[in-house]
Amino acid sequence: MRVGVIDYGVGNLGSVMRALEELRVTPVLITRAIDIHTVDSLILPGVGNFADCAQLLDEGGWAQALRDEVQTAGKPLLGVCLGMQLLASSSMEGVADNAIEATPGLGFIPGRVENLRTLGCSLRIPHVGWNGVASHTASGGLFDGIPDGTDFYFVHSYAFVPDDPAHVLATTEYGITVTAAVRCGHIWGTQFHPEKSSRAGFRLLRNFIENPTC
Amino acid sequence: MLKVRVIPTLLWKQFGLVKGVGFDSWRRVGPVLPAVKVYNQREVDELILVDIVAHQSADDLDFESIDEFGQDCFVPLTVGGGITRIEQVQKLLRAGADKVCVNTATYTCPELVGEIAKRHGSQCVVASIDVRQNPSGAGWQCFSHAGTQPTGREVCTWARELEGRGAGEILITSIERDGTFQGYDLALVEAVAHAVKIPIIASGGAGNYQHMVDAVKQAGASAVAAASMFHFTEQTPAGAKAAMQAAGIAVRRSFVENVSK
Repeated sequence: MRVGVIDYGVGNLGSVMRALEELRVTPVLITRAIDIHTVDSLILPGVGNFADCAQLLDEGGWAQALRDEVQTAGKPLLGVCLGMQLLASSSMEGVADNAIEATPGLGFIPGRVENLRTLGCSLRIPHVGWNGVASHTASGGLFDGIPDGTDFYFVHSYAFVPDDPAHVLATTEYGITVTAAVRCGHIWGTQFHPEKSSRAGFRLLRNFIENPTC
Repeated sequence: MLKVRVIPTLLWKQFGLVKGVGFDSWRRVGPVLPAVKVYNQREVDELILVDIVAHQSADDLDFESIDEFGQDCFVPLTVGGGITRIEQVQKLLRAGADKVCVNTATYTCPELVGEIAKRHGSQCVVASIDVRQNPSGAGWQCFSHAGTQPTGREVCTWARELEGRGAGEILITSIERDGTFQGYDLALVEAVAHAVKIPIIASGGAGNYQHMVDAVKQAGASAVAAASMFHFTEQTPAGAKAAMQAAGIAVRRSFVENVSK
């Protein structure tokens, strides 16, 4: 099993690579979109600004390569944090307050990304720290062995609201109910950082790597 | 429910960890790497690692050491010390940092906070503010360059400015309380927590678990940081969390795998 980590110029790549090495997987850092076909599954990390990252994905040919390999060829994909938000149709991050047009995302999972404040959260933003995650009963393999209420590490100001609630795999509570994980077929995403969630995160990554089609 | 974080602060100077009193009288604590490893094994909530002499050097940051320290760290790692340029941030994130902590550069080039927030998101920027109480006893003044240079900035005004520029968290440190074990400056933490809507990490002065409880319950801190207390006493982050839980504060418990599911 070759797991590719997409390096499109942003993200805490060091942490993601190390977490995979700790699981005794040899991760491949993919720095060119044309090399994306050489791996069996893909992780799209992301720490950054949606508009800038969406542009980097487009410019580097990543968006098209991901459509070919993930949507057409059916390769499993896990988006992490901003990498999950980029799976959405669009985001309001990096868009002027009075703008009507949102920034388009990859569109793999229909839905939009909104600021937590806009969604009604009145607590301190960003949402930073460890928060309990409730996985929905039919969530399948990603949360195998992970009890409901397990704490994962979050750090974000925006949240993914899928159009179809069936795509919401897990949620957390921060003043409002926040999407913690999404799934659409073989495409997965977590708002929290499994690579920084210690042993709970390792378990989730192992679930993704060992049984991505579950 | 979001848990209150207990964060060991590791101050690093050349080859090892150090800890002082009032940002002075540095004592050597030991090597960095084993400390990071132990804290990782004990599943602390987060770690802050600051190179306290980087701002004095004309050389670039020591990315190789950061890379080595991050090797065994699977909890969030905030790295600070001497960051002045946006290019350094991506290199730190590649080396294993998850967030960066900026202090002196927020005064010398305030645009940097906004640049990091735009490129890497607000959640990536921890703005660190070091303060001393005004001689009159009213209010606090911010100091740069590891607490050595007065900036003339009043802490609440400055915290609001950093929030406006895109900082995602504020690490507020009382220089006078640092290393004293007397407890956090609760009035300071409370003032800053009221001034801004981003999370506040209380720092400087923690000497026992009750001090941490007070910082959260009385002053409204989102997280508590400590160094001397963990370096020089038998108290531990796990002990702190147990005490906080007993006081009714939500803290993270270690992950226990569910074998039946």
